[in-house]
Amino acid sequence: MKRFLYELTESWKIAAAQMYANKTRSMLTALGVIIGIVAVTLMGTAINGISTGFDKSMAVLGDDVLYVDQQPWIRKDDWWNFRSRKKIKTEYAEQINRMIGAAPKSNLLIAVPASSWFRSVKYNENQVNNVYMLGTTSDFLAISTVDCAKGRFFNEIESRGGANVVVIGYDVADGLFPSENPIDKMVLINGQPFKVIGVNTRQGTFLGLFSWDSMVAIPLPAFKRYFSAQSESEIRVKVKDKTKLAESKDELIGYMRRVRELPPEKDNDFAINEQQAFKSTLDPVKNSIAVAGLFITGLSLFVGAIGIMNITFVSVKERTKEIGTRKALGARRRTILLQFLIESTALCLVGGLIGLTFAFFMCLAIGKALPSFPIEISLGLVVTSMIVSVLTGLVSGFAPAWSASRLDPVTALRYE
Amino acid sequence: MLNTETMRPRGPIVIDIENITKHYVMGEETVHALRGVTLQIHRNEYLAIMGPSGSGKSTLMNMLGCLDTPSSGRYEFNGKDVSAMDDDELAAIRNREIGFVFQTFNLLPRATSLRNVELPLIYAGIDPVTRQERAAQTLRDVGLGERLLHKPNELSGGQRQRVAIARALVNNPSIILADEPTGNLDSKTGEEIMALLENLYQAGNTIILVTHEADIAHHARRTVHLRDGLIESDALSEATEIQTLAFT
Repeated sequence: MKRFLYELTESWKIAAAQMYANKTRSMLTALGVIIGIVAVTLMGTAINGISTGFDKSMAVLGDDVLYVDQQPWIRKDDWWNFRSRKKIKTEYAEQINRMIGAAPKSNLLIAVPASSWFRSVKYNENQVNNVYMLGTTSDFLAISTVDCAKGRFFNEIESRGGANVVVIGYDVADGLFPSENPIDKMVLINGQPFKVIGVNTRQGTFLGLFSWDSMVAIPLPAFKRYFSAQSESEIRVKVKDKTKLAESKDELIGYMRRVRELPPEKDNDFAINEQQAFKSTLDPVKNSIAVAGLFITGLSLFVGAIGIMNITFVSVKERTKEIGTRKALGARRRTILLQFLIESTALCLVGGLIGLTFAFFMCLAIGKALPSFPIEISLGLVVTSMIVSVLTGLVSGFAPAWSASRLDPVTALRYE
Repeated sequence: MLNTETMRPRGPIVIDIENITKHYVMGEETVHALRGVTLQIHRNEYLAIMGPSGSGKSTLMNMLGCLDTPSSGRYEFNGKDVSAMDDDELAAIRNREIGFVFQTFNLLPRATSLRNVELPLIYAGIDPVTRQERAAQTLRDVGLGERLLHKPNELSGGQRQRVAIARALVNNPSIILADEPTGNLDSKTGEEIMALLENLYQAGNTIILVTHEADIAHHARRTVHLRDGLIESDALSEATEIQTLAFT
C-alpha cells in the first residue's frame, strides 16, 4: 500500500516534469481537451438553462391548479372532435364554487374564471402588440403565482363592477413606459381607456414560450363588455392539497358534468388540464435536445481524447528505453501502467481546468449579452466536467499505457 | 607472497545455472542463442563474461539479470527458482537483488542524480526520508557528494556512470551486473570506473562484468568465455591462477 502511494506521487512528479519539458506539445494536445470541455460544459449549461427555463415557465401555471378547458392542451385525437364541443362559460366558476361550498370535505379550494384573447396595448406613441389579455376576477390573486412589483391587483369592487383598470406584465410596462412610472397612467386597449393599477414582477421569458411578462389582466365584466365577441374562456381551480391531484381532478369532473348536465352515458365534453400534462409532453423534447446536444459536443471531446491517446503513444515510443531502465530497476507492470495513465490524466485534467475557466467566462459573457437566455453554471456541472476530463484521460491513456506496461525489458533496453 | 584473493573463503552460491538454453524464433529461423550453459557464481566473486558478438553473451547477461527467462534449464537465484517466475516476481528480484550498470548509463535525463539513485528505492517502497538519506549517502560513497542536485547533462561521462553505479548499489543487491561499463568512456575515465568497481569488490560485493575487451576483463578474478552459445572456458584470471597454484 505504501509502495503504491510512493509510486503514485512519483508518477505525478514525472507527469508534471514531462509536461513542463514538452510545453508546446502538451499545450497543443491539451487544446483538444480544452475545446471539448468548453463545448460540453457550455452545452451542459445550456441544457440546464433550458430545463430551468421550462420549469420556471411551468411554475407560472402552478402545480396545484387545474384548468377546465374546451380541449385538452395535448391533443391525442383529431382537433375536429373537440371543436364541436360547447364553449366553457365563465359562469361555471360560480356554480363550481357553490358546489365546493356545499361539499365540506372538498379537495378543491376555489374556482376562478379566466377569459383571454390577444390585443395590442397603447400609451401615447408606444404600442405593444399581441399582448395576452386576461379577463378574470379578484379571486385570481388566490391562484396566481405572479406578484405585483408596483401597485396592486384589482380588488373585489373593481372586479364586480368591471372597472376600467388593468394590471400589466413587466415587458408590457417596459414597452409602454420606458422612462415613466406606469401606475395611474391611462392606456388604450382596443381603443378603450384603462387605468394601470399594478405592474407584475418579472417572470422572464423562455424561447418565446409562455411569455407571462407580456400579459395584462382586467376585470372580467370589462373584458366581456369590450372583447367578448372573440375570446376563449377557461376555469382555473386551485386544489387544497397538491398531493391529491388525482382525487381533486375526479371531484372537479363530477362538478363539471353536473354543470354541463351530462347524462351518465355521455362522455365528458370538456377537458381538465394540468401542468403535469404539459411537462410529460415537453420532457421527451427536452431530453432529445439534451442527448443530441451532448452527443455532438461529446464528439469534440472525443477528438481531444484521440489527441491525448496519440501523444501518449508517442511518449511511450520515445521513452521505450526509459521504460526498459525502469523495469530493470524493479518497476512492475502496474507501475508503468500507472505512470502513463497518470500522464494522460494529468494532461486531460489541465485541459479540463483551463476549459472550465474559459467556459465560466463565456457563460458570464453570454449572461451579460443575452440576459433572457437561461444559462447557469452549477457546482454539479463543474464536478461533472472534471470527472469527464479525468475519465477521458484514463480511457484515452489506457491503450498506450497498457502497451508500455507489457513491453519486454530486454527489447525496451535495446531500443534506440 | 600470498594473494589475499585465494585466502578468501568461497561465499555461498548466489547464482546457480544448470544447462540453460535460449532460442528465439525469427521469421522462419530459430536462433539458438544459448545451447546449454552451466554456471555457478558465489558471493563476492568478480567475474567477467567475454565473447565475440553472437556468442550469446548478451543473452546470458539478460538471463543472469532476470530480464529474461530461459527456454529450458534451471536457474536458481539465492536458492529461489527464477526460471518459472512471472514478470512482476522477476521485477521484484531485479529490484532487490540486482544492480544494473549499463554501457549508456541509462539515467533519467530530467531527474537529478539524487532522484535517479532514489528510483530503485521508490520501487522497493522505502519512505521518502530514508530514501533521500540512503541515496545521498551512496552518491557520497562513489565520490559524487557535490553533485547531488545535478542533472545528467550537467555531469561528465565518468560522473554519469558513477551515478549509475550508485543507483545499482543503493538497494544493497546480491550482484552488480555491469554491461560494458566503460564502453562509452575514454580510457582514463574507464580506468577510474574500473577502480571504483574494484573497491566495491574489495568491500564485499559480487560483480559480474560483461565485456568484449580483454583489458577490462583483466580486472576480474574469473573469466568465462562464451562461443556459439556454449561456455568455451571458465578460468581464474592468469595472475590469480598462478598464485592459486602456488598456494596449493
